[in-house]
Amino acid sequence: MAEIKIDVKGETCPMPLVEARKALMKASPGDIVEIIGTHPASKKEIPMAVEALGLELVDVQEKDGIWKIKIRR
Amino acid sequence: MGYGKLKSADKGVENMVDKTTIIVHSGDMDKIYSALIIGNGALSMGMEVTMYFTFWGLERLKKDGLEKGPLSKMNMGGLGKRMINSRMKQANVASLERLMQYYKELGGKIIACEMTMEIMGITKEDLHQELIDEYGAVGTYIHEARESTINLFI
Repeated sequence: MAEIKIDVKGETCPMPLVEARKALMKASPGDIVEIIGTHPASKKEIPMAVEALGLELVDVQEKDGIWKIKIRR
Repeated sequence: MGYGKLKSADKGVENMVDKTTIIVHSGDMDKIYSALIIGNGALSMGMEVTMYFTFWGLERLKKDGLEKGPLSKMNMGGLGKRMINSRMKQANVASLERLMQYYKELGGKIIACEMTMEIMGITKEDLHQELIDEYGAVGTYIHEARESTINLFI
């Protein structure tokens, strides 16, 4: 099981969400996808997409304006 | 992909699938942005998306036409557009080319309006055929839209 890291720091709407979706499409079931970014709304919206896709939200963290979201495909 | 296809449990709308349909009627740059951002957002949240390009919107599917639209307000002969473009660059907003590329990569569908092609004298060779999944008329659009949960006219 792979761990895939996606860096979208500095990217704005809709790219963090879109990059997260693209990474999840490419990942295999069981893989962990970690997205790191700064766009404030995406911190809420990526977990919404995870729920809509029926996937597992593993962890959400934020420090100094940089968030990290971990998702299991 | 087996996930992301949410079926409505409501009996009255049992044929509804989780799908967004957008009529892209305007060719204005800011409205093409709205359409592509919404399209990409819906795909990212697990929906199916179909965009129907008609009238001035279809002009944007011409070769080298995607970025050519004026601003819908305060275009001022292109000056306003240049100002907005530089502000968008500062804010690191993705280009229309990139948004279109992602839209297709995530499985977004595009229908080109045949009547517009006829009226405006546009041939398939004038268009980015690699982006277009289907050439159709109002029936094709209604067929897609009647089972959509989100339906927009831009």
